[in-house]
Amino acid sequence: MAKKTYIQAITDALDIVLEDDPKTLIFGEDVGKNGGVFRTTQGLQEKYGEDRVFDTPLAESGILGLATGLGLTGWRPIPEIQFMGFSFEAVDQIAGQLARMRFRFDGLKNAPVTIRTPYGGGTHTAEMHADNLENFFTGIPGLRVVMPSNPYDAKGLLISSVENNDPVLFMENLKLYRSMKDDIPDGKYSVPLDKANVVREGNDITIVAYGAEVNEALKVADTLAEKNISVEVIDLRTVSPIDTETIFKSIQKTHKVVIVQEAQKMAGVGAQVASAIAEGAILSLDAPVGRVAAPNSVYPFALGEDIWIPRAKEIEEKVNEILNY
Amino acid sequence: MANKPIVDFEAIKNDLSNVSKPIQVLNENAEITDQEVFDTFSDDDLVEFMKKMVWERALHDQTMNFSRQGRMGFYAPTAGEEASEMGTVLAMKKQDYLLPAYRDVPQLIQHGATVTEAYLWSRGHVVGNKFKARSMMPQIIIGAAYVEAAGVGLGIKKNKEEDTIAFTYTGDGGTSQGDSYEGMNFAGAYQAPVLFIVQNNGFAISTPRVKQTAAPTLAQKAVAAGIPSVQVDGMDILACYAVAKAARDYMVAGNGPVMIETLTYRFGAHSSAGDDPKRYRTKDQEQPWFEKDPLIRLRKVLEDKGLWSEEQEDKLIDEYKASFKEAIKEADSVAPDKVSDMLKRTFEIPTPEMKQEIDKFEAKESK
Repeated sequence: MAKKTYIQAITDALDIVLEDDPKTLIFGEDVGKNGGVFRTTQGLQEKYGEDRVFDTPLAESGILGLATGLGLTGWRPIPEIQFMGFSFEAVDQIAGQLARMRFRFDGLKNAPVTIRTPYGGGTHTAEMHADNLENFFTGIPGLRVVMPSNPYDAKGLLISSVENNDPVLFMENLKLYRSMKDDIPDGKYSVPLDKANVVREGNDITIVAYGAEVNEALKVADTLAEKNISVEVIDLRTVSPIDTETIFKSIQKTHKVVIVQEAQKMAGVGAQVASAIAEGAILSLDAPVGRVAAPNSVYPFALGEDIWIPRAKEIEEKVNEILNY
Repeated sequence: MANKPIVDFEAIKNDLSNVSKPIQVLNENAEITDQEVFDTFSDDDLVEFMKKMVWERALHDQTMNFSRQGRMGFYAPTAGEEASEMGTVLAMKKQDYLLPAYRDVPQLIQHGATVTEAYLWSRGHVVGNKFKARSMMPQIIIGAAYVEAAGVGLGIKKNKEEDTIAFTYTGDGGTSQGDSYEGMNFAGAYQAPVLFIVQNNGFAISTPRVKQTAAPTLAQKAVAAGIPSVQVDGMDILACYAVAKAARDYMVAGNGPVMIETLTYRFGAHSSAGDDPKRYRTKDQEQPWFEKDPLIRLRKVLEDKGLWSEEQEDKLIDEYKASFKEAIKEADSVAPDKVSDMLKRTFEIPTPEMKQEIDKFEAKESK
């Protein structure tokens, strides 16, 4: 057990899967000698050699095409897309190719590819670096989308993602990279790819969140606890698939729900959760579904993030509104 | 300002058109233009090449009939491209990987898929993709196969698979896709053994080759990626085979990728789905290409040698067509796909929500 940042936990997981399975490969822009622009792959090329950890030309479709082809020849690729906004360049390879491989070949050929990519606001990056694009990618059948909210989950979910034989989009939150530290068990452990986590138990209202917003939700739970309001916080961990069972169970207890996301409100994860609740648990509610999401504008980069991303304040306002309905 | 320009861009541009003539062994008048290469083929080889082209033409004719009868899904006609397709694929070995595009179903069958599987693929039935061959299914996204082929090539290299390369195909339109450059560039960067084949049939649906790019040849597009490339007479099966085999030999010796542009022609429509070439081609434009028909020139050589006859060819066509009729009967007899199975093959283990969906469909399907 050692205190590790989110980023160190990811490096730790990569080290383990490289050690464990000689068929795993890490590649992407600057991941070799430079150890990645965030140092996520630091030391791995040195330890495992250039055959296993290597740089690619700067072309995202090429990187994921490489992954598809390597998958077909028996390898287990872990490509990196340097920033999630760059994944638009590779949408055919993700949605049109990787995600369809098992379906096309009925499992005779598959694509055990884990795409790692950083995303998320709060660090004032350039345009097309921080966008929360899960709304877009969760609409792709055959692709799992994983969004850890803390270092412990990041390590366990990454190990599960790599060992899983389906293609996984593993989204690493930029703001959490160095701002969070957890006690991380040494060695291998896994966190399941289809189970949400009740990170705080409570009785009065449920907050469903994922990624960096889980920590904002926990802050709100702390604040409201001082007013004797008991908030249950659910961390989805994976946004495709979404574990509705855990959400329904919580709602049956609290009868109120606020769904929180950093991404724009339209047609996305929160909308999917709200729709699932409407179909499967609406009679348990005694207030409307509350939603906290970013405005439906284009993602504003750099300092524009500060007035745009919903954080604890907006969550607290919405929770109070639903509690007082 | 100096009077003498620092650089003469016009001269550089003009120089781009200084390219070698396409490689050819047998011209459209059935004259041998490269005796040395021609002599490497035995009489049996020549007969085998002819049989393969007759087979592909018969496959085209019969499959288009099935299509008109409403018995096919999407299918891309191949008449005119037999030399380019059979010539290159015959240079493949069983252990090679194939990444075909949608007009490359004949190559997929040559590489080990059955005609029944090809027909089921056309119909969108999953059994059509369960072929044993080392191949992807025919790629619909032009260019996508090129980036994937780079990965397959690197995989072959990492696996240390001896005497093995990847073959991939696209068309003239496909070379305009960014992916086709990315694929060649990656394969070049990793010196991965991939044979990139561009079947330049003159038209991307209706858009003529000249509107596709200012590059004088498509083969030149490989140059920027550091890849040797060559144009081949795509109506000459002897040239197509000899060049593909030379490329393969070069790569299995440990060298990086090669690109071949075959100059060919699609005699018919783009696809079975209502394209009408009369909208964008004139008879005058088509006629010279019909005269270049790859079957005509080899047939003449074989007849002159006393190795071929019309009766023999007719008999073969009947045999082949009978086998395609058997194949489509077999395809008809395969049980229809089920929605529950479609759900089951989306993920290795269905998600909890999908399990509920599967139960729902299975209940319906068992009624």
